[in-house]
Amino acid sequence: MAQPESTHEHDLTVEHEHTTHSQGFYIAIGAVLLVLTITTAAVAFINLGPFNPVVALLIATIKATLVILFFMHVKGASEKLTGVVVLSAFFFLAILLTLSLADYLTRSWR
Amino acid sequence: MATTTVIPATPAPKLNYLNNGHTLKSWLLTTDHKRIALLYLVSVTAMFMLGGFFAMLIRLELLTPQGDLMQADTYNKVFTMHGMIMVFFFLVPVVPAVLGNFLVPLMVGAKDLAFPRINLLSWYLYVAGGLLFLHCMLNGGVDTGWTFYTPYSTVGSNTNVIEAGLAIFLAGFSSIFTGLNFIVTVHRMRAPGLTWGRLPLFIWSNYATALVMILGTPVLAITIVLVAVERSFHLGIFDPNLGGDPLLFQHLFWFYSHPAVYIMILPSMGVISEVIACFTRKRVFGYKFVALSSVAIAVFGFLVWAHHMFVAGISLYAALVFSFLSFSVGVPSAVKVFNWTATLYKGSITYATPMLYAFGFIGLFTIGGLTGLMLATIGINVHVTDTYFVIAHFHYIMVGGALMGYLGGLHFWWPKITGRMYPEAWAKLSAMFVFFGFNLTFFPQFILGYLGMPRRYWQYPPEFQVLNVLSTAGASVLAVGYLLPMIYLLWSLRYGPIAGDNPWGAAGLEWKTTSPPPTFNFDETPVVTWEAYNYDEIPEPKELEAPVAR
Amino acid sequence: MTADHEAHNPALLHHFADAQQQKNAASLGMWLFLVTEIMFFGGMFCAYLIYRLAHFNAFAAGSQQLNIWMGGVNTAVLIVSSVTVVLAVKAAEAGKRKLLTGYLVVTVLLGMTFLVIKGFEYAEKFEKHHVPGPTFNFTEKFDDNGKQIPVNPKEAELFFSLYFAMTGMHALHMIIGCGLFSTLAVLAWKGHYTTNYFTPIENAGLYWHLVDIIWIYLFPLLYLISRHT
Repeated sequence: MAQPESTHEHDLTVEHEHTTHSQGFYIAIGAVLLVLTITTAAVAFINLGPFNPVVALLIATIKATLVILFFMHVKGASEKLTGVVVLSAFFFLAILLTLSLADYLTRSWR
Repeated sequence: MATTTVIPATPAPKLNYLNNGHTLKSWLLTTDHKRIALLYLVSVTAMFMLGGFFAMLIRLELLTPQGDLMQADTYNKVFTMHGMIMVFFFLVPVVPAVLGNFLVPLMVGAKDLAFPRINLLSWYLYVAGGLLFLHCMLNGGVDTGWTFYTPYSTVGSNTNVIEAGLAIFLAGFSSIFTGLNFIVTVHRMRAPGLTWGRLPLFIWSNYATALVMILGTPVLAITIVLVAVERSFHLGIFDPNLGGDPLLFQHLFWFYSHPAVYIMILPSMGVISEVIACFTRKRVFGYKFVALSSVAIAVFGFLVWAHHMFVAGISLYAALVFSFLSFSVGVPSAVKVFNWTATLYKGSITYATPMLYAFGFIGLFTIGGLTGLMLATIGINVHVTDTYFVIAHFHYIMVGGALMGYLGGLHFWWPKITGRMYPEAWAKLSAMFVFFGFNLTFFPQFILGYLGMPRRYWQYPPEFQVLNVLSTAGASVLAVGYLLPMIYLLWSLRYGPIAGDNPWGAAGLEWKTTSPPPTFNFDETPVVTWEAYNYDEIPEPKELEAPVAR
Repeated sequence: MTADHEAHNPALLHHFADAQQQKNAASLGMWLFLVTEIMFFGGMFCAYLIYRLAHFNAFAAGSQQLNIWMGGVNTAVLIVSSVTVVLAVKAAEAGKRKLLTGYLVVTVLLGMTFLVIKGFEYAEKFEKHHVPGPTFNFTEKFDDNGKQIPVNPKEAELFFSLYFAMTGMHALHMIIGCGLFSTLAVLAWKGHYTTNYFTPIENAGLYWHLVDIIWIYLFPLLYLISRHT
């Protein structure tokens, strides 16, 4: 098997991007997520009219953001590329949803 | 400095990727991207011939106005199979999986793609999809049109919709994994000194293509799943009788299938950039613009899908938005055409076969693109949608553009891939057959469509016969143009002159290693200290036109 | 060509220049795969969005028939499992083999808990004749602040079609995740992962977190459409 050509002296060392947070920190984030879950369920029982789905999606997005930034280590990632990849996925999904909606919402217009 | 003369007579058999292992297992279990590219070449060519066979049946039926060669239901199956095979099993994979797989690691100076085993998996997924599709075909095929529109595909059709869908699902994941591999390779494995601004435009094109593969194909996958589920369990996701909306299917389907056409054209555009640079011995004019245009096409391509639905029942306001966006997506493509043309100015032009295909590409792609703008205009679209005008438009792009780009690339890199030169005179002759045959086949179809001949009909009013006969005649000539390379390229494997490392005197890392390359591509990892297309530093090859006799 | 035969990581694949490049490649590869998953589920979210707007009453009525307790508990289960995944990665990084294996096993158990609860949910739906297809029969009404509004059963069936499609696809991904983590737990116990090499744990963790995020959106969208009475 060919010896890999190494440009580093010790290819045993590998950069870590996630040693910044303690066990307690992650458990705290988990607790926040659980609180937000209870919140979203509770708020659903309150009549906010058209804002019910807005609040629900807002809370869901906050939860997702916490998971992405801290559990998936996007915050503190060594490269901006990781963030770009995540954002682009949601961006193109938004295009699918928005432009399809643009058709459906304007069908009744004259 | 790369040698440019041809090595005469019998060379000592140096160890390269072709002779490094002769067993079937060493090929079927290879993780060498170059061998996988050849595996793809064989399977993709087989599917092309199958798709071409169906095309031949279509053109034969349309020789006469009556439906006399086959029944209407059979004709529906024939054009469906032609479309599905050509789109999903030929055009989408061909340039990325054959040329891209072979060249991307070489061009970035890497030993292989980032994930060689996933690359092999990609090929097996493609083969599995292809075999499943063959099985579906032998079981009676599908008659929904390659676009699978609901509710016919979910409720009306009694053909093998789910099987065909599953085959395409597998081919789709093959495509996704290829794209994933390319993106990671280009980001992570470029040789030292090879900055983004020094990458060959073929890499930029394949990178942009890979972005589209990753973002678009999964939506097709879920759409196929939903169709299969609806068909199996009689649900109503797309069935208006059950509260569903057939247009939702079209939105989801075209969200992938429009960007898919950019998957099909972008890699060929990359080939054209490489070929034009080499045979004008100049850096491509406006390199940055061409590179960024590739990415722009990939991104903008996601914003225009409903232009396939102008008459389907979407709202007028949405149609206007999509029409405007469709105009804007033509801009980066036009930028590329202008830049290629500008590259020709004061270039030292050689009319080798790849360059002939490149010229053909520029002209035919432009016609296809301009007619695309016509179709993006709602006023025109209403009249010519679902007519032969649309068929001519996309064949000008797909065949006049993408396929000619592929053929040009196949010839250009043939010496690198095989270590042999193809016979230039036969190749030029074939290119002429292709160009002439292509135009004779498809230009009449613009007129037919404009005059009102609908697509997917197996009979037509007698006044359209002359144009249809011309079209079928052209198809025969085109077929010869495709068969000839299959013969002489195979011939060249045994009898072609041995090619040196860089017979064209071309720029690019792939030409700095042997033809064919060793299994791990480079004896030493290259360190890049020059800009792309440094033709002022590369000497002209002594013999380009006449191949050296053995 | 350097011929130093320094000890190199046995997991280093030959086509990479060094371990860092391999790790970065694997990580980017997994992120790109997650992008495809987001777009894959996204198609179903698109269908859901459009039909919810078109058939709000029926969707709300269907949503009210879902078991909010099971959905809520499952959400909590997944959140806790995401915590155990992060802690597993931390343990791997610290080279703590037994702790790592423990967290991986707990993650699998939590995942299976999710699936079991889901199984009970599906069974409940089957008993109430809310499974789309020949057995479907929806006679419940949309409780709009006390007002009982009848809904079109075909539209309600559409809601349940999407419910089963989305949660079913999600459950399939959970099953794959459980299988993945079980394999990792076995390999971890055998000592495959060290402080210098635990990339599979990290990347599998990314996959698990994404499956969690998908459920984070599914819960309010499916279970909480209109709960105020």
